[in-house]
Amino acid sequence: MPTFVYMTRCDGCGHCVDICPSDIMHIDEVNRRAYNIEPNMCWECYSCVKACPHHAIDVRGYADFAPLGHSVRVRRDEEKGVIAWRIIFRNGKKDWDLLAPITTKPWGSAIPNLKSVPAPSQEQRDSQLLYNEPKYIRLDDGGLHTLESNGLKMKEGVYY
Amino acid sequence: MAYDTIVEDGIDVLVVGAGLGGTGAAFEARYWGPNKKIVIAEKANIDRSGAVAQGLYAINCYMGTRWGENNPEDHVRYARIDLMGMVREDLLFDMARHVDSAVHQFEEWGLPLMRNPKTGAYQREGRWQIMIHGESYKPIVAEAAKKSADKVFNRICVTHLLMDETKENRVAGAVGFNVRTGNYHVFKSKTVIVAAGGASNIYKPRSVGEGAGRVWYAPWSSGSAYGLLIQAGAKMTQMENRIVLARFKDGYGPVGAYFLHLKTYTQNGYGEEYESKWFPALQEMVGKEYLDPEASHRTHRPIPTCLRNHAFISEVNAGRGPIRMVTMEAFQDPHLEEIGWHNFLGMTVGQAVLWAATDVDPKYENPELTTSEPYVMGSHATGCGAWCSGPEDVSPPEYFWGYNRMTTVEGLFGAGDAVGGTPHAFSSGSFTEGRLAAKAACKYIDDGKAEGINVSDAQIEKRKKQIYKPLETYRIYRNEIVAGTVNPHYINPRQGLDRLQKLMDEYAGGVTVSYVTNDKLLNIGLHKLKLLDEDWENGIAAENIHELLRAWELKHRILTSEAVLQHTLFREETRWPGYYYRGDFMKLDDKNWHVLTVSRRDPETGEYTMEKAPLYHIVDDEEDGGKKAKEKEKAK
Ligand SMILES: Cc1cc2nc3c(=O)[nH]c(=O)nc-3n(C[C@H](O)[C@H](O)[C@H](O)COP(=O)(O)OP(=O)(O)OC[C@H]3O[C@@H](n4cnc5c(N)ncnc54)[C@H](O)[C@@H]3O)c2cc1C
Ligand code: SF4
Ligand code: SF4
Repeated sequence: MPTFVYMTRCDGCGHCVDICPSDIMHIDEVNRRAYNIEPNMCWECYSCVKACPHHAIDVRGYADFAPLGHSVRVRRDEEKGVIAWRIIFRNGKKDWDLLAPITTKPWGSAIPNLKSVPAPSQEQRDSQLLYNEPKYIRLDDGGLHTLESNGLKMKEGVYY
Repeated sequence: MAYDTIVEDGIDVLVVGAGLGGTGAAFEARYWGPNKKIVIAEKANIDRSGAVAQGLYAINCYMGTRWGENNPEDHVRYARIDLMGMVREDLLFDMARHVDSAVHQFEEWGLPLMRNPKTGAYQREGRWQIMIHGESYKPIVAEAAKKSADKVFNRICVTHLLMDETKENRVAGAVGFNVRTGNYHVFKSKTVIVAAGGASNIYKPRSVGEGAGRVWYAPWSSGSAYGLLIQAGAKMTQMENRIVLARFKDGYGPVGAYFLHLKTYTQNGYGEEYESKWFPALQEMVGKEYLDPEASHRTHRPIPTCLRNHAFISEVNAGRGPIRMVTMEAFQDPHLEEIGWHNFLGMTVGQAVLWAATDVDPKYENPELTTSEPYVMGSHATGCGAWCSGPEDVSPPEYFWGYNRMTTVEGLFGAGDAVGGTPHAFSSGSFTEGRLAAKAACKYIDDGKAEGINVSDAQIEKRKKQIYKPLETYRIYRNEIVAGTVNPHYINPRQGLDRLQKLMDEYAGGVTVSYVTNDKLLNIGLHKLKLLDEDWENGIAAENIHELLRAWELKHRILTSEAVLQHTLFREETRWPGYYYRGDFMKLDDKNWHVLTVSRRDPETGEYTMEKAPLYHIVDDEEDGGKKAKEKEKAK
């Protein structure tokens, strides 16, 4: 649901501007703080909310179908590798904390740099295999599936 | 207007749009091209761009051959029946035989995949889906792409592809503008992989006013993959195969985990099961081969998504809405209740916001469902996209012209939503397709196919003028009026988008006409779209760079819509009742239409040509439904 920014919390750092996939978080030229310039193009994806270092951004359900008085807030922590949500119903009957992991490894540490792995051989290039294959397909010694290995044919016509 | 021209020269592999397909492409290209120059041009920020910006709670395409769960051909058969026979089986088989290796890498990179405590295998949501904590899915794959790429240009809206002037029908790069600085960016490249995603906001959405951003596919999915490819003259396929989703009402929260894992089910407004009663008549429309509830019950053969939509739509039209999801039983189990909520927080937060706002607690109330407006895309339960070459060892001659995932334009590749005929690839399959395209693009260069590419300054200047024209139009005519947005010389991008959505809705089978169209309506639609395109060309106005972005997104949506209209008009049958109906041909017609539709728009004249392409199916030696192959596999 569309975002809005609390005047007293925002310091105009621009993190939200940098991340919004819809290009709708902009810095207001008068107030030097961020705001949502096009709420009807907001996907309530929460990318900006998660990125704001001052928790200055919140979401108020779309005016055309969401009554006022609810709250869904979030804190995302890459160091700890978790995300914490809090959902509060309009009538106050439900007030829920939900926690989920966002990674199982220290952030960014386990992603390989393919610039530093040995280059593929000509044989690999001429094959149908991708990086780390066939090993990574089944994590055993099995090869890549082909029509032949699986006893299949491609035939034109109507088959169900 | 003094915008700088910034030229990036000598690129080998240019990735346009780095969502799931594009990040896979950039990552893999480095392996096959250790010394190649790999560049990403992305309209947002690759850390949170595309359909997966807010995360996913499931990876919907995983074979599990490692655990002996499925073979690639099983998935092909599944996608084939779900899409009423119409898929590119070579491309699907190829994607499916590689997809597990992508998923295993994701786990290694730190993406939290859930495990089944009893078996140790990944926690299945359904036969093809595995459950993940995927809030950071996109930042994780973006990290991999960043490590491989030489340069990442965020906030570049790519508007056109560049074409080689030495050899006809060969790509030579792309151009666009920076959404922040306004500068003109030129990318000269030997190959281009377009992975700019599918299209939302082509049809009038159900939501209105402030809520118009609440669409199922992301509002920034501007159909650019199609717009760019169509403009370059690439052939497209199955563009009529737009999808309608049955989702939670208003928030469009996903239902996959609810149906498959939480075992919830639907009822009409009066608490009755409604699906089965629509099936006999539907069976007469589509034939027993496609709808056989008894066989489905016996063998767990899925009932195609569109046919289940048909029952939903028919029941609502018969006055027995709303359709509800029965959650009250499953949600009594606190563990399942938690999963139900996590599912939204992980990928459609807006649904959680909506339930909190309306005090809908699915433990005590069965939430409403709805059928969405149509979407044009190619990686979910639908297969719009470019007509691409398959892999050498699988594809029949009609489907093979040298390089895997290469479009009919040389050096121009696709991945994810960009590739046609490949439904049910989802996030993991799109990433895999990007990898396949990247390997093929490197091979194309190594084979010497990209030699002697030449782009004239005239071409670059021509595009520059076109790109900024909306700003110019605004500047010239703005002061003719006092204030406001009503001007006799121009319309703004929002006004253009509203017009597009209205005409597509009314003439091409949107929600307000219950998804029905016919030849008369489609022809009017084409005529009105032509006028809209003329208005775009002569009188779209952008007040600032942000509006310039919206103007070009609209252009790509218009190009996509034209293809949808042309394809829908061409296919004279109702192949996917529940996605759309041709009122003048209400039956499925295998005699004439068991084919794929292929179009090409002439880049010079704008004329469309349509053709039928043969459908090849994977069949077993004995055509025994796969039994023998399974035994063989087991014996190994
Ligand atoms: C609500 C929802 C739920 C889903 N659930 C699941 C699920 O549970 N499991 C699953 O596996 N899949 C799921 N999917 C599907 C999955 O997200 C897609 O299949 C996949 O993201 C498609 O990949 P893509 O690369 O084609 O497009 P995208 O990932 O959308 O990437 C397109 C990229 O192109 C960029 N771009 C667009 N236009 C331009 C331009 N003009 N210039 C430059 N860049 C541009 C975009 O910013 C974006 O980065 C879901 C999708 C949605 C919307
Ligand atoms: S990220 Fe937060 S503090 Fe920074 S500009 Fe945006 S709202 Fe303001
Ligand atoms: S919620 Fe998403 S779309 Fe809306 S402003 Fe924030 S980042 Fe942009």
